[in-house]
Amino acid sequence: MQKTSNPAELAGICRQIRRHIITMTGAAKSGHPGGSLSAVEILVTLYWDVLRHDPAQPRWPQRDRFVLSKGHAAPVLYSVLAECGYTPVESLNSLRKLGSIYQGHPDVRFIPALEASTGSLGEGLSVVLGMGLAAKLDNSPTRSYVVLGDGEIQEGQIWEAAMFGAFHKADNVCAIVDNNRIQLDGFTKDILDLEPIAAKWQSFGWHVIELDGHDIAALQAAFAEAAATKGKPTVLIAHTVKGKGVSFMENNPKYHGVAPNAEEIELALKELA
Amino acid sequence: MPANTKFELKLGAPTREAFGRTLAELGKENPNVVVGDADLTKSTMTTYFAKAFPERLFECGIAEANMVAIGAGLAMSGKIPFVSSFSAFIMTKGFEQMRCLVAYPNVNLKVVGTHSGISIGEDGPSQMSMEDLALACALPNFTVLSPADEVATRWAVRWAANHVGPVFIRCGRVKAPVIYDADATFEIGKGVELLGGTDVTLVATGLLTAECIKASDILAGEGISARVIDIHTIKPLDEELLAQAARETGALVVAEEHLMDSGLGARVAQALAKHAPAPVEFVGLTRFAESGSPDELLDHYGMRAPDVAAAARRVLARKK
Repeated sequence: MQKTSNPAELAGICRQIRRHIITMTGAAKSGHPGGSLSAVEILVTLYWDVLRHDPAQPRWPQRDRFVLSKGHAAPVLYSVLAECGYTPVESLNSLRKLGSIYQGHPDVRFIPALEASTGSLGEGLSVVLGMGLAAKLDNSPTRSYVVLGDGEIQEGQIWEAAMFGAFHKADNVCAIVDNNRIQLDGFTKDILDLEPIAAKWQSFGWHVIELDGHDIAALQAAFAEAAATKGKPTVLIAHTVKGKGVSFMENNPKYHGVAPNAEEIELALKELA
Repeated sequence: MPANTKFELKLGAPTREAFGRTLAELGKENPNVVVGDADLTKSTMTTYFAKAFPERLFECGIAEANMVAIGAGLAMSGKIPFVSSFSAFIMTKGFEQMRCLVAYPNVNLKVVGTHSGISIGEDGPSQMSMEDLALACALPNFTVLSPADEVATRWAVRWAANHVGPVFIRCGRVKAPVIYDADATFEIGKGVELLGGTDVTLVATGLLTAECIKASDILAGEGISARVIDIHTIKPLDEELLAQAARETGALVVAEEHLMDSGLGARVAQALAKHAPAPVEFVGLTRFAESGSPDELLDHYGMRAPDVAAAARRVLARKK
């Protein structure tokens, strides 16, 4: 892979990742396209610009860690890992099929380059905090990143972890809330309202940065600010659009957990050309 | 009653105390050993580790689910984490985290539940763990240990630290009768035949092992020869030793401070059904207990040597 900080190049990679998400969920006839599309800029900026990692040495001890706590957005992670060279691009369309390394949710048994198996919501923040503690004990420069769904932070464990992270001054940990405002049953405001999200994290002792989660330059600046923030962990409240990049999927709760059909795939790929 | 000269059964340290002391030794020997606790260091006895290695003790507060997941993250980064709380809390509130973050990806986390069973005493049922073995055994990849005394506990904790993979260790609050010589050796997955016998086999774990030894004395006074087996490894279970006991004695009693529907007894019955069907009677719990002193509770809920002996007579009556 060729790392880059150029927003235009990163935007081009995002387009390719979105095409993968559409084709692989389409081929699987199931999966979670909406919340995968909303997190594309976040993951691409991390993997191509921010994370210290090397696909040739996936277990390099001092690498930065990334955990997709909202494991149902596996298609975006798989597309990114494949384009980085960790896993084959050719078999992305085997998503969710028996024997595929591209399991329904990220599974370290099938992809050793993953940092954690996820899928049960609410757990990934704790995991990266444990990784952050380990890095501090080892005097390692490792930073640990986790992407949380906005619906996911309804889980109580998130707030146990939030308290823990601030108390233990986990400044080598950065959480990103993919705030796409939709969960399976509908809009978060109608299911269990999360607002005021930023004030919640602030009151738990985190450094909070609110930004447009599709603005690559803003993401780059926020990740730099997070790395420079000492004594407390940082959370990015990334305001995103569920289904981003495909007009008929945008902001539509239907595409949280429904794959595009053949006609929709064709339309979507046309938009993402 | 003729005393069984082989076992004095003098009261030793609580198994949680042996856990805490051994953990502190391990901390000295291996800088990768780290510990998480949920506001109970003085009860789980991780306090010894905390005093010696404060930078490696992570106080998680009263948040067991987070603690288990923090431990998983530490393990994923190469540490050897022990996380500990009352068994009643860590196995229930941390169960989903153990299932998804530890068992399923086979992560190297050690979980130690203390104050198990009803012998925690006065605190009552909310603090009593009588389903922890069932929960731990329900997790693939977990090794499940239930040591009977301080000697077996020291071994169990050291074994867990050296083993790569998830482990659950069940410890108790009260002083446990010493069964093993200080230099006893153990093998994972291998039960220990403490006493030979030909008429019936008493299979036990944890505190009930000493009760089974005492029960063998009662039975000896009635001319009944009872074999006594201590099962310190609940999973993997020593099916071979149990099948051999079933074939040679033809009847068994399983005794444990746990729900009898879902603990060691259920596992023994399954093993025997596979390999050597035989009548089995069970000594264990069937309902939530209540407050009381540990001794009173063990008497009241039928977890004593006379209860084991009575179960042995019942099973002998069923023996063909």
